[in-house]
Amino acid sequence: MSMTDSTEPVPVRSGAVSLILADSRFPGGGHVHSGGLEEAVERGLIHGTADLRPFLAGRLRATGELTAVFAAAAAHAAARGVTRRHWAVLDSEFDARTPSAAQREASRAQGRGTARAASAGWPSPVLRELLAETPRPHHPVILGVITGMSGGRPVDAASTAAYLAVSGPASAAVRLLGLDPLAVNGIVANLSRALDDVAGRAAAVAGDDPRDLPAPGAPALDLLAEAQLRHHKEEVRLFAS
Amino acid sequence: MPAEPDHDDHDGHDHGGHGHGHVHPVNFDPTAAEPDPFDAAPEGGRACRIGIGGPVGSGKTALTAALCRTLGEELNLAVVTNDIYTTEDADYLRKAGVLDPSRIEAVQTGACPHTAIRDDITANLDAVDELEERFPGLDLVIIESGGDNLTAVFSRGLVDSQVFVVDVAGGDKVPRKGGPGVTTADLLVINKIDIAHLVGADMDVMTSDAHRMRGELPVITQSLVDTPGAPAVSDWVRSLLPITTA
Ligand SMILES: Nc1nc2c(ncn2[C@@H]2O[C@H](COP(=O)(O)OP(=O)(O)OP(=O)(O)O)[C@@H](O)[C@H]2O)c(=O)[nH]1
Ligand SMILES: [Mg+2]
Repeated sequence: MSMTDSTEPVPVRSGAVSLILADSRFPGGGHVHSGGLEEAVERGLIHGTADLRPFLAGRLRATGELTAVFAAAAAHAAARGVTRRHWAVLDSEFDARTPSAAQREASRAQGRGTARAASAGWPSPVLRELLAETPRPHHPVILGVITGMSGGRPVDAASTAAYLAVSGPASAAVRLLGLDPLAVNGIVANLSRALDDVAGRAAAVAGDDPRDLPAPGAPALDLLAEAQLRHHKEEVRLFAS
Repeated sequence: MPAEPDHDDHDGHDHGGHGHGHVHPVNFDPTAAEPDPFDAAPEGGRACRIGIGGPVGSGKTALTAALCRTLGEELNLAVVTNDIYTTEDADYLRKAGVLDPSRIEAVQTGACPHTAIRDDITANLDAVDELEERFPGLDLVIIESGGDNLTAVFSRGLVDSQVFVVDVAGGDKVPRKGGPGVTTADLLVINKIDIAHLVGADMDVMTSDAHRMRGELPVITQSLVDTPGAPAVSDWVRSLLPITTA
């Protein structure tokens, strides 16, 4: 394939990048976050794989949907080229859709971890501009920027964000409850269609004004996140969120 | 986080009134955490980072406390703990009064202490960054790993040097079992030699096995009961300072 033939469509090069970002071995700090699962387990809401399934499905439709939307929007913005100011707008719009301070902190912690890994892995002017504007970017925003600047499509970034919204708690459930990892993987695999749907919906609005982006949420997850933080200060919690 | 009050006579699980006076409120204020004030710490001389790893109960926290006591006067130092019971080690150190509590950070490891010090060091790097911002000019950051197995070593991306602490009570077979901790750590400490006779550990076997497994790398045997200041390990730490960054 000739790289110089300008009539060739720009190839999508995000395949490997998406795999790297979604890999649990990616060193961005994700392994210490359970997405509310630890608190749900501590409260006796989740005992086994039967309870895990609806938790993950619900988290996908709330946190997964929201992070997919912002990852897609960030990928779209990184690909089309935006002013620095745009990153601050996206950042504050994500804040506005994340009522729990604990969840905002968890998102920034993972965003900063991902940014550290990205600065070593994919140094680029877009990334530097993003980090100059928001040194601790929200997780989906940095996922989207890395994907977009690597030639990936908004839907790829959205898939990654949506997948991470369920793979994190799924892995935490295996560690906390000793669940059968094959059964848990089966639950995640069963969510494939739902994951694709979430990513597709997010990609459809990726070019919208950030202020008009959807604002899905789940009050129970907000409250679990707050409770996790409070209990971490009073008793044992193994996960940061 | 405020200092723990006087609970010296309690074990680490008794948090007394901790939490009741300053419960974290459910906060739905979208402006509470924003805009994020974080600025990257200026590059330049940075603190030497030393990892202290080893199996559960071998004496990592006791060694950390001893180093703080001995080196705290001469060095600007701070500590990061990685206990699976998040704040257990940190609380112990705070209560031991060996270091200003604001110089101790505890990180959560997601039930995988070795991951947090080796495969994904994000939380630890964040804690070190935070301490370096809070205390400019730090000379030394000691990072204590959660108690783990003989294969758990620190990433070179996290620490400049690492100590692996084993104790005689684990059996005198431990050094010859090897594993990356015993064979590659920059310093191997065989701790609690004061109780070797009680657990039937042959010190000659332990030290000769350790030297055989480690080649030229140093081995220190110690008892923190007999020498609470950990003088030999303190000297080893002094020999590492200051680090020269490329
Ligand atoms: N006899 C004796 N006891 C010691 C010595 N060093 C530590 N201990 C005791 O061993 C126990 C465990 O010590 P810690 O320092 O908590 O061990 P640790 O490696 O930090 O433990 P984890 O963090 O739980 O893995 C404590 O009761 C210490 O007082 C020593 O040299 N001799
Ligand atoms: Mg300890």
